[in-house]
Amino acid sequence: MRGISFLRQFVEIGLAIAIAPLFSGWIAQCRAWLQSRSAPPLWQPYRMLRKLFHKEVALATDASPLFRATPYVLFGTMVLAAAIIPSLVTDLPFARVADSIALIGLFATVRVFLSLAAMDIGTAFGTLGARREMMIGFLAEPALLMVLFNAFLLFGKTALPSLVEGSSAPRSVVDPSVIFAAVAFIMVLLAENARIPIDNPATHLELTMIHESMILEYSARHLALVEWASSLKLFNYACMGFALFAPWGIATHGADGGAALLLAIAALIGKLVIAGTVLALIESLSAKLRIFRAPEYLAMSFLLAVLGLLVHLLQGA
Amino acid sequence: MNFPNSISDVMAVLSANGLRFLLTFIVTYVMLGLMGWLRPHSIRYVARVLFPIGTLVCLGVAVVAGVHLAKAQTPEVMVLPLGLPDLPFHIRLDPLSSFFLLLLGLAGAGISTFAAGYFRSGEGTAPALLGLHYHVFLASMAMVILADDAYLFMVAWETMALSSYFLVTSHHRIPEIRMAGFLYLVMAHVGAICILLCFGVLQGGSWHFTFDAMRGASLTPFVGTTAFLLALIGFGAKAGLVPMHVWLPEAHPAAPSPVSAMMSGLMLKTAIYGVLRISFDLLHVRLWWWGVLLLVLGLFSALFGAVFAAVQTDMKRLLAYSSIENVGLIFTGIGLSILFETSNLHLYAALALSAALIHSLNHAFFKSLLFLVTGSVLHATKTRNLGKLGGLIRRMPWVATLALIGTLSIAGLPPFNGFVSEWLLLQSFLFTPQIPHAFINMLVPLGAAALALTVALAAYVMVKFYGIIFLGQPRESSLVNAHDANWLERLGLGWLALGCILIGVLPQFALGAAAAVTDNLLNQTVAPGSTVWWIAPIAPEQASYSGLILLAGIVSVVGVTFVLVRLLAHGRVRRTAPWDCGYPWQTPRMQDTAEGFGQPIRHMFGIFFRMERDMPLPTDIVPRYRIHLEDRWWRGIYLPIARSVQGLANAISILQGGRLSIYLLYSFLTLLGLLVFVL
Repeated sequence: MRGISFLRQFVEIGLAIAIAPLFSGWIAQCRAWLQSRSAPPLWQPYRMLRKLFHKEVALATDASPLFRATPYVLFGTMVLAAAIIPSLVTDLPFARVADSIALIGLFATVRVFLSLAAMDIGTAFGTLGARREMMIGFLAEPALLMVLFNAFLLFGKTALPSLVEGSSAPRSVVDPSVIFAAVAFIMVLLAENARIPIDNPATHLELTMIHESMILEYSARHLALVEWASSLKLFNYACMGFALFAPWGIATHGADGGAALLLAIAALIGKLVIAGTVLALIESLSAKLRIFRAPEYLAMSFLLAVLGLLVHLLQGA
Repeated sequence: MNFPNSISDVMAVLSANGLRFLLTFIVTYVMLGLMGWLRPHSIRYVARVLFPIGTLVCLGVAVVAGVHLAKAQTPEVMVLPLGLPDLPFHIRLDPLSSFFLLLLGLAGAGISTFAAGYFRSGEGTAPALLGLHYHVFLASMAMVILADDAYLFMVAWETMALSSYFLVTSHHRIPEIRMAGFLYLVMAHVGAICILLCFGVLQGGSWHFTFDAMRGASLTPFVGTTAFLLALIGFGAKAGLVPMHVWLPEAHPAAPSPVSAMMSGLMLKTAIYGVLRISFDLLHVRLWWWGVLLLVLGLFSALFGAVFAAVQTDMKRLLAYSSIENVGLIFTGIGLSILFETSNLHLYAALALSAALIHSLNHAFFKSLLFLVTGSVLHATKTRNLGKLGGLIRRMPWVATLALIGTLSIAGLPPFNGFVSEWLLLQSFLFTPQIPHAFINMLVPLGAAALALTVALAAYVMVKFYGIIFLGQPRESSLVNAHDANWLERLGLGWLALGCILIGVLPQFALGAAAAVTDNLLNQTVAPGSTVWWIAPIAPEQASYSGLILLAGIVSVVGVTFVLVRLLAHGRVRRTAPWDCGYPWQTPRMQDTAEGFGQPIRHMFGIFFRMERDMPLPTDIVPRYRIHLEDRWWRGIYLPIARSVQGLANAISILQGGRLSIYLLYSFLTLLGLLVFVL
């Protein structure tokens, strides 16, 4: 039984690593369609990774070991986060390593390492990007925490597998606080994953960049790992959202045979397709904000989460 | 006799005679201080011989305290044949004091090792004097923690304040340092007066000033509240709670780095200890709004400290403000614990108190580490100004690596130690909706958001700290001559960094030590579901965390990825000039500066600062940009108080006419007044 659950764990990790670039590719494709451009093929991210892995690294003369180690740390941390988030099954041996609050910590680790690496070469754009990324990060974290607070009030837990099992139990009405929390979560997801309206993943204008300007100095396999880690981060955020707000199809404890696992994979892919479309739609419909409007955007996300909290508390009162 | 048996024998001896050992260690500290006078001007003798012995004594303190915590036995008391006639000194070793002695010993060992390699001859006061103050400071801190009556406590407390004052002013020829020292002394004494008054209230009419008598005194809620508020002001002034924090960012940068580390890492903890001792041990009445008060003050201090740290340009001032932030977090935990305890939610009270205790321990490690790092940087570069540093990771790889561990710890990132206590604190915040005060339980979750904001802002601050000092290009050409720390300094830094990692990876032990304290103070412990692998403070299915598996997981994924990339692709590297968007005329001066890194914070939290800014005009031939930020509390509270004290003194000085006949008249009038009283 123990072996089976480890097997499921590795299936989940493997699937996450494999389809994370596909998810980013799918969003890019939807965006292209919505903007009447001809879309790149769906497997374009994989081609990109393959090309980058076979190139020679052009490393700045002064790059320190920190700069070279960071891509591996980012990738490793995000793979571990994928192992912890229950995207397919809840009976995961790794899931008890960190609850959802510790997951925020893992995402913060990624952010700090990337910012430090960006400052390592000492270029103007790198430090600019690092500063902005840390700014967005410290504004987004309270909002994300409030979302988790909401979930905790509903189910009394912060461990994600327990949350999934709690929320997949049938209920007659949807708690209105969930809707507030879900909107807040989507706003944080957009901000934390360097997407419009905070950052534009497709930009070529250095002065407006956040994420892209931090990785300007990376090349070849380092860049490949950073990009892969970024797509894994987006994937992880999406799966965290599914676990919190749309836990349908995730194989719960006791009902996790082979058929249930296949069903869970199908459900996950279905949810990712829908989530990708929705994200592309949001990104196409909104414009990028000025950097100093970002606090207002994130404050709104925070307030929505707090409203959800108050709605729940008042209902209970 | 086999080996495990002999270990348990040693432990039995240590735990049975804990106080005797500790007293021996304290006497040894004082002896070490005095032995410096055998060769008062030899830095080799005082620093390289006496300080390492101090390290061993610190380790001894830690071992004895650790054994006492592990055995979790009844408190050990002793009456010393010292002190005034009929008023002997009492000392006592219980889990709370053991915990703080453990903290003192473990972090003190690292600082003493570093100090052995740090002090240079010809800087500041004579080596022997420095050694004396240093070891008396350590001894008095240990004595504060052991004291079991108000007299000994105050004597030790004042010795601590004075010895640290002399340490702060060891470069006393610099006027700013004398000013900083004076401010520190004033604040320390305002605090001490409040603590003295607090003990006066606590004895509750019995006029016995042993802590045992205070424990037995029955106080009305009003008297209890008075005592609590006095303790809060007194210890808050020492701990740097806003608005009593003004001395901290002045005194910490003025002191030599090992002293800054001791003050920030250890001395602030004695104030935390004092608050805990009085509010959880000596006082029996506790009101729920005390918790709210501590919570609000703590959160405000934390946010205030983090915001100010983000805009500093002096690396030691930055760390001093960061200490205010961390003390705020600790007070938040204590406040939450009082709030839960008065609402009869004892388990969550134990959780919040554990979080506060473990954060104290963590802060002792990572803040000492970072202050010592600034010492190494200061020696290597001769500047504290962040605007003149940069790129030191290439000149000082050892210091940079160890500083990175401290940076990640203080930024609250898993799997390092800062994360553990912040996680526990957030976990305890989750249960606040169960508090039976309708408005409080709605407002307190916002406190959790403020906490998250502070923690994330701390990460911002530390990225600034590390990035500007160690990463990027050197901002001054003189930095190419920077040298790495010597082996004693590295050893001290390494010890503290090891502590940061071990507490982060194996938080069970820290939680166990905190559990011994909460068991003693609240009759409640957390973490029944914790195992060797993970901690689960309330219940495993509710929330759990494992630093060990997290670290092992990340390391193994990184290793596998590294090998796979090398096997499936290749490992070729070509060194070139940085790409930098194809712009070849970059200079190190174009990097983001410390001021630049603080700019978003100045923009968003403008209300916190009083800002003076000189912008260059387009017509200026030599454009200069100058910005000066000031704490609003200075002009809001401190300068008016200083002015009114000055005015009052001037008014009173009218009495001082300078003529003998007038003074004789005063004596005569006083005598008359006394006669009226007597008759």
